[in-house]
Amino acid sequence: MIKTMGRRQLLKTGTAAGLMTLAAPSLLRAQGDAVVLGHLTPRTGFLGPMGEYAVMAVDLAVEEINANGGINGRMLTVVKEDSVNPQTATTKAERLVERRDLAMIIGEISSASALSIAQVTARANKLFINTGANSDTLRGSDCKRTMFHTEAQNVMYVNAEGQYFLQNDMVKDKKWFILSSDYAFGHDLRHGALGFLERHGGQAVGDELIPTDATDFSSHLLNIRNLQPDLIVVNLAGTSGASFMKQYGEFGLDIPLGGFDYNSSIAWATGPQDFKGTWPCIWTHQVQTDASQAFAQAFQAKYGKPAENQAYSDYIAVRIAAEAIAKTGGTDTAALIEFLEDPATEFDILKDRKGRFDAATHQLLQEVYAVTALDPSEVQNEWDIFTTSGPLPGAEVPLDELIKGAVGGDCTF
Amino acid sequence: MTLVFLSQLLNGLLDGFYYMLIALGLSLIFSLGGIVNLAHGAFFTLGAYLALVLTPHIGFFGALIVGPLIAAGVAMVVERTLFTRFYREDPLYSLLLTFGLAMIIEQSLRWYFGASPRAYSMPNELRGQVFMGDFVYSRYRFFLIGIAVATVAAVWVLLNRTAFGRIVRAGIQNPDILGTLGISLRPYLSAVVAIAIAIAALAGVLMAPLQPVHPMMGVEVGTAAFVVVVIGGLGSFWGVVVAALLVGLVKGLMIGIGYTQYSMLAIYLLMFVVLFLRPRGLFGERITRFE
Repeated sequence: MIKTMGRRQLLKTGTAAGLMTLAAPSLLRAQGDAVVLGHLTPRTGFLGPMGEYAVMAVDLAVEEINANGGINGRMLTVVKEDSVNPQTATTKAERLVERRDLAMIIGEISSASALSIAQVTARANKLFINTGANSDTLRGSDCKRTMFHTEAQNVMYVNAEGQYFLQNDMVKDKKWFILSSDYAFGHDLRHGALGFLERHGGQAVGDELIPTDATDFSSHLLNIRNLQPDLIVVNLAGTSGASFMKQYGEFGLDIPLGGFDYNSSIAWATGPQDFKGTWPCIWTHQVQTDASQAFAQAFQAKYGKPAENQAYSDYIAVRIAAEAIAKTGGTDTAALIEFLEDPATEFDILKDRKGRFDAATHQLLQEVYAVTALDPSEVQNEWDIFTTSGPLPGAEVPLDELIKGAVGGDCTF
Repeated sequence: MTLVFLSQLLNGLLDGFYYMLIALGLSLIFSLGGIVNLAHGAFFTLGAYLALVLTPHIGFFGALIVGPLIAAGVAMVVERTLFTRFYREDPLYSLLLTFGLAMIIEQSLRWYFGASPRAYSMPNELRGQVFMGDFVYSRYRFFLIGIAVATVAAVWVLLNRTAFGRIVRAGIQNPDILGTLGISLRPYLSAVVAIAIAIAALAGVLMAPLQPVHPMMGVEVGTAAFVVVVIGGLGSFWGVVVAALLVGLVKGLMIGIGYTQYSMLAIYLLMFVVLFLRPRGLFGERITRFE
């Protein structure tokens, strides 16, 4: 049976269709008005544990920004993806930059993946704020006009931690055993550490590259025991650093331990009994500024555990992105770059001193901290297993000093 | 220098016992049921998390017994509800099934415990070193190796000196003949899967003090176990034993001569060479139903 439409029904349908047509542009505009950020970070694999903190911090930052009215009245939304390896990072970055409404991409931890994303965003003329890749090369020979960095670069950690080693007579005429992750981040850090050691009259008696998926360090510990260095320098990324420290404890070695890379999540995964040494870090939940404590408490309240350094870096990256879009009045890449590069542009990055991007490398110049493991007998809870120093360098030293001596080649935009 | 080299070789051999523990179960499940268990690493991870949960209540040594028993219980449910449908199917289907199962286990652990790695402390009584002349080694690793050797020996006795083992070995070769003798293989399949997965979980409990516990920790372990099984040859108990020791030895040798970064590459090259010369693996048996 064929049902025919009556006159009244035809009128109703026509009116509804007309209203929909009239309303559609405003509905579409309302949707299009949202500022869209892409967030890529490894959520699985050996860097996955840090990536999860990054995602949590991004969610918190977006929630806070939108609760305060968004960016010039526009809501902020983030498209989040897992970039488990450089190939996946490239594919997902390519997919993200195809979106017409994408303002920029933020995130990443792996230096190799960060380089892949940077190449995609440079081709698409989109901004990329790297929040977790340390490699000096990304700020040197592989730099991109469209890439900025909230994560500190390797040389900043080497310079800050190096001062600690120098002050404690752990460099001149001393023997170091260096273990580095066998990919871009570790290679770069290894060069930095060897250069620092050579400049200050020390000697490397061991220098080993470790596969990123290594879980057993017994053979390396046997080598270390045999060579009896004065210091073991651990430049291992992700969970392999925790495995090393646990097995260092297992073998009962009594050789000072330190390194040029640190993550609180890895210290917590190592546990109070086995976490040892002094390490450089861009932030911990113990940093005693009001703004840092407000972030730490908001994170704790939302997720039931303290924020760590990767969470911090992604949190401030979202805030910097939001501020840049608000101040430039849009998402035009050239305008955003000009704003971020301007030496007069300073950001509240929750620390004593404000941060600004170095115009020559796009590195965020900021204070760092030294984290020192507590003796197990002094530990009060599962999170506060270390102490955090005051800001480094001291207030009288310009922040630019931290990026001197980088080993990643020269940056030309 | 010679002492260091010998120490690395010995350490590699000792590592081999650990590989053996993980690969044995994988080999058993494939040999008897034709299931390529890609979830083996996930059960290893489950064992590590069980150690984390059980230790505050029953201690490390209690967790060492109860953890694998719980995993065996889970394995029997998985075997009865999932594996049983795929024994007679193309191994590709079981590959897809166990890949999905691994994802479910890993994501469930991530959902419940979070993605952040967790710390698990070594029991104090197992900390410290053992001195054997100039060779100094971790007391915990000797304990781990002792458990591994005892477990492998127990499995050998079970397979070679009991009526249960005779039926399992016959089932590996030709399950249809068992059927004609009126023997149902199903309860034996359940038992073998439970034993194999309990061993994987035992390895997880044993490794929890040496690594951060996180949902993906079984991935690397699963890969190493597959390499050992492939080199040793499917269906061969001694194949797994020899391959595990060989893999450990090659790794130790590479580190001993100063090529640490190529130690994993050497293991894969070993697998390539073995497969090139003997496609069935070193001790691979001819299993009629897989021909």
